[in-house]
Amino acid sequence: MLKSLLKPESLIAAALMGLAAYLMWHATVLPIGWDGARGPGGGAFPFWLSAIMFVAAAGIFLRSVLAGVRPEDLKPFFEPGMLGPVLAVTLALGLTILLMPIVGAYIAIPLFMLWYLRFFGRNGWLVTLSLTLTTPVALFFFFEVALLILLPKGFTEPLFFPLYAMFF
Amino acid sequence: MEILSLLGQGFATSLLPLNIGIVIVGVTLGLFIGAMPGLGSVNGVAIVLPLTFIVPPASAIIFLAALYYGAMYGGAISSILLGIPGSSTAVATTFDGRPLAQQGKAGLALIAAAGASFVGGTVSVILFTLFAVPLADFALKFGPAENFALVLLAFTTFVGLGGDDALKTILMICLGLVLSTVGLDLITGQPRLVFFDMPGFYAGISFLVLAIGVYGIGEVLWTLEKSRTAPTVTPARVTYAELRAAFVTLARTWKTMVSGSVMGFFVGMLPAAGATPASLMAYGIAKSTSKQPETFGKGNVEGVVAPETANNAASTGSLLPMLSLGIPGSPTTALLLGGMVMWGLMPGPMLFAEQADFVWGLISSLYTANLAAVLINLALIPLFVWALKMPFSVLCTIVLVLCIVGGYAPGQRMHDVWLILGFGVAGYLLRKADYPMAPLVLALVLGPVMEQSFRQALIAAQGDVTTFVTRPLSGTFIALAAVFFLLPLASKLRKRRVSRPV
Repeated sequence: MLKSLLKPESLIAAALMGLAAYLMWHATVLPIGWDGARGPGGGAFPFWLSAIMFVAAAGIFLRSVLAGVRPEDLKPFFEPGMLGPVLAVTLALGLTILLMPIVGAYIAIPLFMLWYLRFFGRNGWLVTLSLTLTTPVALFFFFEVALLILLPKGFTEPLFFPLYAMFF
Repeated sequence: MEILSLLGQGFATSLLPLNIGIVIVGVTLGLFIGAMPGLGSVNGVAIVLPLTFIVPPASAIIFLAALYYGAMYGGAISSILLGIPGSSTAVATTFDGRPLAQQGKAGLALIAAAGASFVGGTVSVILFTLFAVPLADFALKFGPAENFALVLLAFTTFVGLGGDDALKTILMICLGLVLSTVGLDLITGQPRLVFFDMPGFYAGISFLVLAIGVYGIGEVLWTLEKSRTAPTVTPARVTYAELRAAFVTLARTWKTMVSGSVMGFFVGMLPAAGATPASLMAYGIAKSTSKQPETFGKGNVEGVVAPETANNAASTGSLLPMLSLGIPGSPTTALLLGGMVMWGLMPGPMLFAEQADFVWGLISSLYTANLAAVLINLALIPLFVWALKMPFSVLCTIVLVLCIVGGYAPGQRMHDVWLILGFGVAGYLLRKADYPMAPLVLALVLGPVMEQSFRQALIAAQGDVTTFVTRPLSGTFIALAAVFFLLPLASKLRKRRVSRPV
């Protein structure tokens, strides 16, 4: 029983039950009932849909637990040895997004590309540097000059003043 | 004949130099995206959509439609040269495309795929042109009750025909709908589901944030885990003599092409079906009606022709309900719909009346996109062979950077970028556990329409719920929805009865 509770299928369903319950609780901020002639209140739609979601997740959970551990459940959830790379890329992305408002997109993104291309993807320096150095320039001209969308710059903002003066 | 004059006016728009240029760039980019293993039309549209702010809205939609088309052509390229489908829509193309390539006939397979895609695309665009106006006219009669019933019907097709686990499909639809309610209540304007009181949630969750997360970051993580070793690329060179010989072979398969095109178009219209099942069905039909079914799977050209006509026809078919009813026929068209709403072009019957220039410009651009796609596809084959040899990490880096920047650009909030990462990781994990992603994306896009029409219908009927079943059209849709909803249950019961010994 415990083993079938700890299957990825059961765990994910349990997590989704939790999420659905949280969404239901959140939806009760607005009226969830029937408001006379005007129909359902503002919270009704999210509340009852979350309730259906809860029932569906509970159904998946029960089905998974009651099925016990079948041979196909013994396959590892992640391809052997591939969890590391997936985690590394996720962490690197998180770090890049964290750094963007502090050091600016024009430092965070090249750093990410440098790590990914050279150290994670093991490409040569020629490929790495040509992509890492041309991407920020392309981003600057595409987003800032052509679309007037300013990317976050953090403390590097003053360095861009001469460029702003040149292009705007 | 009125259609011809409208179409002629459309060509006046789509043949403008800007729009021809846009179609060529869109198709070429789509071909490359489609050719990359793992990336298909939906990933391409999600990642590239924020970049289309650079052109006017109408041109942006033409660009994205051209990219969609190009990606459908491109999917066959990696199916044939790598043996790995470029996207799920090109799975059936590997069955005979890969054996042909291994026999040294990669050129023939590529030409057959491009030619078949062109036939599928052209037949379906003609069908599209014929059906668009009648369908939009029919939809003019719809009130809020009908709109609600139609959206409900679209969702139940996922439960009945989607082929995924029914409970998981229902769960994903509800999750998408709940996520669509985040922000301000449509009717009263009160804030709701503002998680942790973060100001970023007041603006709601954009479909783009979910799509970039799931189809951009989620897809990269997924492919990263699955691709341990680099596949080998089969070399292909296309000569003029080969081209001529291939077209002769292709002409003999006209029956397969016509049936694949027509079937693909109609299957593509259904939200849950679309290009992947259409191509598999076309392959099955071609095999079962063939005089030599045993040659299928061993390098029969018809096995390439059938799925390729069907998947291109299906992609056009899925545009039809999106444009004339406002109900997307596939995840990619759901993103197109989201983009159109963002740009103030609300799809649906009114669009045909109010923005006729745009509608016919878009429809006529499908003709030019189709022609551009087949020419560019054939001309650039050596370039695709080269591109497929590109290290996977280079592609991943570019996609991930575009996800971050493209996610930031529309709203200019770091909040959105964090959400993209969250959706990417969650989508990747859920996909590993066989939760379908298409209903989630469709639900987020259609959620506001569904809630608004539901509540408007009730306000109009003074709170009387029976309005949904007593109105004839709405009642028909609800009845159909009930049938689709009960389909999985019925098939389960039948299976149980068969398996029980008598």
